[in-house]
Amino acid sequence: MEWANQLCENRQFGSKMTDSKYFTTTKKGEIFELKAELNSDKKEKKKEAVKKVIASMTVGKDVSALFPDVVNCMQTDNLELKKLVYLYLMNYAKSQPDMAIMAVNTFVKDCEDANPLIRALAVRTMGCIRVDKITEYLCEPLRKCLKDEDPYVRKTAAVCVAKLHDINAQLVEDQGFLDTLKDLISDSNPMVVANAVAALSEIAESHPNSNLLDLNPQSINKLLTALNECTEWGQIFILDCLANYTPRDDRESQSICERVTPRLSHANSAVVLSAVKVLMKFMEMLPKDLDYYGTLLKKLAPPLVTLLSAEPELQYVALRNINLIVQKRPEILKHEMKVFFVKYNDPIYVKLEKLDIMIRLASQANIAQVLAELKEYATEVDVDFVRKAVRAIGRCAIKVEQSAERCVSTLLDLIQTKVNYVVQEAIVVIKDIFRKYPNKYESVIATLCENLDSLDEPEARAAMIWIVGEYAERIDNADELLESFLEGFHDESTQVQLQLLTAIVKLFLKKPTETQELVQQVLSLATQDSDNPDLRDRGYIYWRLLSTDPVAAKEVVLAEKPLISEETDLIEPTLLEELICHIGTLASVYHKPPSAFVEGSRGVMHKRLPARTGSGESTESPDVGTAAGGSAPEAAPSIIPSQGDLLGDLLNLDMAPPTTTGPPPPNTGMQMGGMDLLGGGLDSLLGGDIGGSPAMGAGFGAAPAVMPASLNAPVGGGLGDLFDLGGGVGMPMGAYIPPKTVWLPAMKAKGLEISGTFARRAGVIQMELILTNKAMSVMTDFAIQFNRNSFGLAPAGPLQVLTPLGPNQTIEVSLPLSTVGPVMKMDPLNNLQVAVKNNIDVFYFSCQYPISMLFVEDGKMERQVFLATWKDIPNDNESQFQIKDCHLNSDAASSKLQGSNIFTIAKRTVEGQDMLYMSIKLSNGIWVLAELRVQAGNPNYTISLKCRAPEVSQCVFQCYEAVLKN
Amino acid sequence: MIHSLFLINPSGDIFLEKHWKSVVSRSVCDYFLEAKEKALEPEDVPPVIHTPRHYLISIYRDKLFFLSVIQTEVPPLFVIEFLHRVAEMIQDYFGECSETVVKDNMVMVYELLEEMLDNGFPLATESNVLKEMIRPPTILRSVVNTLTGTSNIGDTLPTGQLSTIPWRRAGVKYTNNEAYFDVVEEIDAILDQSGTTVFAEIQGVVGACVKLSGMPDLTLSFMNPRLLDDVSFHPCVRYKRWESERVLSFIPPDGNFTLMTYHVNAQNLVAIPVYVKQSISFFESGSGGRLDVTVGPKQTMGKTVEGVMVTVHLPKTILSVNLTATQGSYTYDNGTKLLVWDIGKLNPQKLPNLRGSLSLQAGAPKPEENPSLNIDLKIQQLAISGLKVNRLDMFGEKYKPFKGVKYITKAGKFQVRT
Repeated sequence: MEWANQLCENRQFGSKMTDSKYFTTTKKGEIFELKAELNSDKKEKKKEAVKKVIASMTVGKDVSALFPDVVNCMQTDNLELKKLVYLYLMNYAKSQPDMAIMAVNTFVKDCEDANPLIRALAVRTMGCIRVDKITEYLCEPLRKCLKDEDPYVRKTAAVCVAKLHDINAQLVEDQGFLDTLKDLISDSNPMVVANAVAALSEIAESHPNSNLLDLNPQSINKLLTALNECTEWGQIFILDCLANYTPRDDRESQSICERVTPRLSHANSAVVLSAVKVLMKFMEMLPKDLDYYGTLLKKLAPPLVTLLSAEPELQYVALRNINLIVQKRPEILKHEMKVFFVKYNDPIYVKLEKLDIMIRLASQANIAQVLAELKEYATEVDVDFVRKAVRAIGRCAIKVEQSAERCVSTLLDLIQTKVNYVVQEAIVVIKDIFRKYPNKYESVIATLCENLDSLDEPEARAAMIWIVGEYAERIDNADELLESFLEGFHDESTQVQLQLLTAIVKLFLKKPTETQELVQQVLSLATQDSDNPDLRDRGYIYWRLLSTDPVAAKEVVLAEKPLISEETDLIEPTLLEELICHIGTLASVYHKPPSAFVEGSRGVMHKRLPARTGSGESTESPDVGTAAGGSAPEAAPSIIPSQGDLLGDLLNLDMAPPTTTGPPPPNTGMQMGGMDLLGGGLDSLLGGDIGGSPAMGAGFGAAPAVMPASLNAPVGGGLGDLFDLGGGVGMPMGAYIPPKTVWLPAMKAKGLEISGTFARRAGVIQMELILTNKAMSVMTDFAIQFNRNSFGLAPAGPLQVLTPLGPNQTIEVSLPLSTVGPVMKMDPLNNLQVAVKNNIDVFYFSCQYPISMLFVEDGKMERQVFLATWKDIPNDNESQFQIKDCHLNSDAASSKLQGSNIFTIAKRTVEGQDMLYMSIKLSNGIWVLAELRVQAGNPNYTISLKCRAPEVSQCVFQCYEAVLKN
Repeated sequence: MIHSLFLINPSGDIFLEKHWKSVVSRSVCDYFLEAKEKALEPEDVPPVIHTPRHYLISIYRDKLFFLSVIQTEVPPLFVIEFLHRVAEMIQDYFGECSETVVKDNMVMVYELLEEMLDNGFPLATESNVLKEMIRPPTILRSVVNTLTGTSNIGDTLPTGQLSTIPWRRAGVKYTNNEAYFDVVEEIDAILDQSGTTVFAEIQGVVGACVKLSGMPDLTLSFMNPRLLDDVSFHPCVRYKRWESERVLSFIPPDGNFTLMTYHVNAQNLVAIPVYVKQSISFFESGSGGRLDVTVGPKQTMGKTVEGVMVTVHLPKTILSVNLTATQGSYTYDNGTKLLVWDIGKLNPQKLPNLRGSLSLQAGAPKPEENPSLNIDLKIQQLAISGLKVNRLDMFGEKYKPFKGVKYITKAGKFQVRT
C-alpha cells in the first residue's frame, strides 16, 4: 500500500523523484501534516518527513515549531536520520534553548560510541548548538574526545574548542581546553595539527594579546613538518600562523623560506598567496648580497603570474596583493608588464586593478608599450575604464619624465576624438602635467581652449580654469574665456567657483589694466552674493590683499608653486610594511590595517616586518617598536626652537658646525602639536600648584638622601644599587648612574613615596623609579607626565605599573624616555618637572637629571674636526673648572669617562702634565669639547669646556665631577 | 572563517542558505543585490563587498552567485577557492551545476555542505572522501534504496580522510585498468590591428582519468620539461622529485582529476596558429559602415585548425548587419550586439571571408569604440607549446594498465583588436 501511494505521489509531481517535491506542500496545514509524519511509526516515513523539514529550512522557511517532534527522532541507529536531525538541531537549538537540553544525553552517549564517525559527529554537532545552558554538559565529552585514540575525532574536537570559545570563552579557559589545544600542535597527525592551529588562530583573533600561539623554533619545526603532509586548507592555516613568527636570525629565516618555497607550486591559490606572505616577510631578514636572496626573488614571480590566469575573483584578490608587492619590491615583477595587459572580457574590477599595477610598473624601459596599451584602452566601451586609462596616461607622464612628451601628444590625440568624457579626463591630467613640468608643454593650451564649451564636469572645468588663470599672459582672450564662465557663477560647483575666483585674481595681477572690472565683479559675486563660507573667506582675503598691498598680493598669488610629486597614491611606508605582513587577508584587499575595519579586534597587534640582521647595510625598516596605538617618537632627536628662547637660538647655531652630518630631520607637526597640548596643560597645572618649583626641585635634589630604609623593597633593587656603585669603581666601562634619591616624600603625596634616578642603558635613557605605598589604601591607575624641559625629555611609553600597589608594597619601574618632547629652557638647565597621577590624586615634583644621560654614543669627534671646532668656538664660550680630590691617573679617568660617553680623542703630555682632549655630543646635537689637565701627583684636575651653548658647561662640569668621583 | 553561504540566481532570488555558525539573516544579501544592480553584467559584481558588520565574498559561476558571509579576518582566496569547490562538487555529484539541479537535490546538497565545512573550517573537500560519506545519486541506487530502506549515507569513516594521501581511497578495484592523460593547452593572446602579437601565453592543463586498482605509484616524464615556466600540482605530486628530476611522481586519486597546470609565457615560444585580416570601418556621415574579416592559418605545425569561430562585439548603435560568408554561417543578435561567425575547419587553399555592410540606428553618431574580435579554435593532436609526454611508468602494482595521452590546443582569451 505504502509503495503504491508513493508511486501515485511520484506521478503527481512528475516522473522524477526529486527533492523538489518537498516544496510543493506549501499549504496552510503543512506544519500540521509534517508533525503527524514525524511521529509516524514507520522509519522510512519519519526520514522522509525530516527531509521535508530540512528542505523547508534550507529555503529559509521557519519550521522551528516542529522542534520537539524532530528531536524525538534523534535516538536512532540510522546514521542518515541522525545526521538530518543534527542538521535541524544546529539551526534551531538557539531559538528553543529549553528543548535543546533534551539532546544532551544523546550527545554524551554518542561520544562514547565505538564508531569514530559517530563520536566525531557528536562532538562536532554539540559544538554547534549555541546554547549557553548546554555548554557545561559538553565539557566532559569534549575533554575525552580531545584525547581520543582516533585522530579523526581529535581533529574534530579541536575545532569544537573554537566553537565553544565563541559561545563561552571563560568556560573554555577555566576548563583548560586551551592548553589541551596547544598540546595538539605537537600531535602526530598533521591534520590534527592543522586544525589545532586553525582553532587557536581563530581564538587568538578575539584575544589579541593572549600568547596562545607561542611560536618557538621547536614548534615552528613541527608546523613545517605538518605543512608537508596536511590538506591544502591546513596548509593555509599553518602558513598564516608561520607568518606571525619572527625568526631569530637570517639563517633560521632562510631555512624556513626554503621549506615554504615548494608551496608556491600548489594548485590552491590561497596556499600560494599565504606562502608568498611568509616569504615576503622573512625575506626582509635575509642579507641582500646573499645568493639565496636573488634566487628567492626569482621564484616569486611565476606563481604570482599564474594567479592571474585563475578565475576572475581570484585574480582580483591576487591583483590587490600584487599592488602591495610591487610597491614593496618592484624588482619581482618588473619584467612581467605584459601579464597585466587588460583583456577585452576581463570583468571591470579586474581591468581597473590591472591598470593600477601597469602604472606602478611603468618605467623608461617599457613606457612605449604601456602607452600603446593605454591608448588602446582609451577607445574601449566601459566609461569608468576609459577614464581611468586616460588618467593613467597622465600619471605615466608624471612618473617617467622621458615619456612626458609622448604622453602629452597621446593625450592631444585623444582630445581630437572629441569624445566628451575622454576630453574632460585629459584636461584634468594635463593640468597635473603642467604642474610637474612647468614651461614645457604650454603650446598645447590653444588646443585645450578649443574644447572649453564641451566641459560639463566640475573637475574638468576647474582644471581648465586653473590653466587659463595660470597662463593668462599667454592666452590673448583669457579675460573673455573667464568672463564666459562668470555668467553662470552661482550654478557652478564650489570647486569651480573657487578656481574661477583665483584665476581671475591671477589674471588681474598679470593684466591689471584690462581686467579691473572683471575682478571687481568676481569679488563681489564671491563675497556678497555667495553663502558659501569658504568662497567668501577666500574672496575677502583677495580683496584685502589687493586693496592694501598689490605687490604683496602678487607675491602671494603668483608665487611659485611646489612641484607635484611623482607618485601621489603610494601607500605610506609603515602602512605598507604592515600590509605586507597581512598579504592574502581582507586587509590586503582593502589596503587598510586590520585594526581599521575588522570588528571585534580591539587592540590588534600591529605587525611589522622583521629587521634585517647581519649585513651592515642600513635596515629598510627602522625598528622602532611602536606599541599599538602608541605615538612613540619616530624621528631622530631634534629640537624645535621656541621663539625668544635663548637655548633655542643656541641650538640653532649648533646645527652649523662642520661635524654634524646634516640637519636633524624635522618633527612631524602633528606629533609635536599633540605633545605640546599635553605639555601645555601640565604646564599650567604646575604653574598653579607649585610656583617655585625649580627652587623646590633644587631643594630635593640637593639633599641626596640615600634610598630610604625601605626594608620591604625587593632585594633586586638593593643589589642593583650595589652594582651601580661598584660599576663606578671597579668597572670603568659602566655609565655613571647617580644613586637613587627621594624625589617625592610620602607626606607630600598622600602616602606615595617616589625615589629614583636616571640611567642611560644601551643608548636608551631610563628613568628608574621606586614607588612605595605608605598609605593604608591600594593605589592604582598610575600615569606620568613631564613638563616641557630643556632637552625635550618625555616618557616614551606609559608608566608600567600594571598591578595595584597595596599598602606597604614597593614597586620598581623603569620608564624609557625619549628626547623629542616639547622644549622649554629650565633653570637650572637639567631640571625636570614631573607629574605623577594615581587613583588618589595628581602629585608634582621636580628633580635634576645628570646631563650625562644625554651624552650619545656617537659623540666621538674626528681629530681634525675637533681641532677646527675648537678654534672656531669663540673664547668667550670657554669655561674653566677645578675638580678637586681626584686620585685617578689620566688613563683611568679617560676610560671611566668613556663609560658615560665622554670620548677621549687625543692625549698629549707636556712637562709631566697629561692633556686629554675630549668630545661629547648631546642628544639634541650640541657638541661639547673639553680639555682635561691631569698632573701626576696632583689630586686637582683642571678642565676647560668649550661649547657653542655655554650654558651647558656648568652641568657638564658637574657630570665630570660625579663620574670621576664615583 | 566562513560563516554562511547563500546561493542566488541571476534575478536575485536566494534559493539556498547554509549557516555554519549562528544564523545570519538573509537580509545581509541586500548589500550584494544592491551591488549587483549597479553592475552592468553579472560578471562585473565585485567579489569582495564590505558591509557594516560582515564581508560578502562571492563568485559568479555557471550563471549562479555563490555568496559567503564572513565575520572575521579570513584569507579571501581561501573563501573563493572553497566556493569554487562547492560548485565543482555540485557538478561532480549531479552532472551539472544549476538552480534546478540544486533544488532537485536540496537535502543532499545541504548534507554535502555540512560535510565540507565544520564551524567554517574545511572538513572534507576531496571528492572521493565525500563520495564515501554521501553516495552520489544514481537511478539504480535510488530504486534499491526505496526498496530496501538503506540510505545514501556511508556509516564508516572514509579511509582517505586521515591518511597522508587523503585523495585516494583504499580498496579500489577495476577489471580494466586504464590511465589516460589529456594535455590541453589554451592560447591567451592579444593581437593588435596589424596582427602583431601584443601579448601571448599558454595555459596548459594536464588532466587525468586514472582507473587503476590498488595503490599504483605512477611516474610521468616529459620530453621537454624545461619548457614550463610555472607549474602548480595536484597535492599528490611529489614536489621534490620534480625539483630534482623534472618528472611527475604520484599516487593518483581515483577517477578524473587535474594533475598539473602550467604556464608558458616566453613569448617566442607561443606560436599563433591563425592570422586575422580585418577591417571594420564606419562612414564619417554616421549612417553605417563596412566589415571585412578573413581568417587564415599561420603556425599550425602541419595540423588542421578546426572549430574556428569569430565573435565580434559590435557597437551599441548598430541596427543591423548584411554580410556574406564564403564559408560557415554567421548569426547576429541585436539584443547583445553579438556577431558570431562559425567557420568550422580552416581550409588553407580557400580562406574563409566574411564581408558586408553594417547599418547604424538612424541619427546615431559614428561609434567611438573599436570593436574587438574574439577567436575560438581547436587543434587536435597538438600541444602548441611543443610539450610531449615521454613515458608513464607504474610501480607498486603487478597488472599492466592501458595507457594513453591525448593532446589538444584551444584558444583561450584570444583577442584581435581593430
